[in-house]
Amino acid sequence: MIEWLKQPWPWYVAGPLIGLTVPALLLIGNKKFGISSSLRHICAACFPSGIHYFKYDWKKETWNLFFVGGIFFGGLIAAQLLANPQPIQVNPNLVTELKGYGITDYSQLIPTEIFNWSSLLQMKGWLLMVLGGFLVGFGTRYAGGCTSGHSITGLSNLQWPSLVATICFMAGGFIMANLILPLILR
Amino acid sequence: MTKNIPDNDFELRSLDATCFNESELVHPYWYNLKYLIVGIVFGIVFVKAEIISWFRIQEMFRLQSFHMYGVIGSAVVVGAISVFLIKKFKIKTIYGEAIHFEEKTFNVGQIYGGLLFGLGWAITGACPGPLFAQIGTGISVTIVTLISAIAGTWVYGWVRNKIPH
Repeated sequence: MIEWLKQPWPWYVAGPLIGLTVPALLLIGNKKFGISSSLRHICAACFPSGIHYFKYDWKKETWNLFFVGGIFFGGLIAAQLLANPQPIQVNPNLVTELKGYGITDYSQLIPTEIFNWSSLLQMKGWLLMVLGGFLVGFGTRYAGGCTSGHSITGLSNLQWPSLVATICFMAGGFIMANLILPLILR
Repeated sequence: MTKNIPDNDFELRSLDATCFNESELVHPYWYNLKYLIVGIVFGIVFVKAEIISWFRIQEMFRLQSFHMYGVIGSAVVVGAISVFLIKKFKIKTIYGEAIHFEEKTFNVGQIYGGLLFGLGWAITGACPGPLFAQIGTGISVTIVTLISAIAGTWVYGWVRNKIPH
């Protein structure tokens, strides 16, 4: 059983489990599945700075912070108890492309050659982590949700603004991965 | 400066006075532990299905793998069936409250913000959920990405009245 769990889980197991998060949160407390708003609650709780957008009763949203705390512990448990000892298997075309950028280590979930503490001092690492993170935080709030809030919860409820947002997420991703990221990594 | 943009935040409902859809019940804090448990299960799925992997995200945006499309697509199908059943049979929460769904209004933020988030998603290989899971797996440097994402959220709140919605 444990051996089976340690293998990478196929999409048809993971996807439905993620989909079930939507009714699970609704049924146990009338909560809408969405993760990026946790970043807003952290701002509201720690640095409201008199900004109107952060003036709300974040304590009512504490459940969301428990939820993301759970995601942290889930990551911890999966890495400690259910880790797959094999390197991640990716498309050979991607392997060839990334090799050209000096990325050959597939032992972690992220390429440690470019995502590490010392690379933060270089332009490349700074762009990847600091600028990238900033875009994630700014963009999700501007869009009013992220992959969970729009692409999963919103689409599940057949909301067309969420479809627009999802298409834009994908468009931005395609532009970055195919046109801009190669320039950064080169 | 006092321009009032309606708060169209998809994920947050208990704002200002318009909290009509929010659970009205008040519970002690330990009731929140059930969300912690859902989060743990969710985090394990994130790691085991490699959804939080930078490599999988790169494959997705290069159309080199079906994996991520399968995950998101099947999640939406299961989510949509669940929402349909909850509406159809008027299923209530475990506390007996009715479950409401609100209609979302469109604003251009979903386009501009969506594109910006997409750019960030493909650089970092993570949307907000995976950031927390990556840190949990021991990738300490993701803390920097998370802090930066919090900073991005803060700056959005700060400039919100000056950008198109």
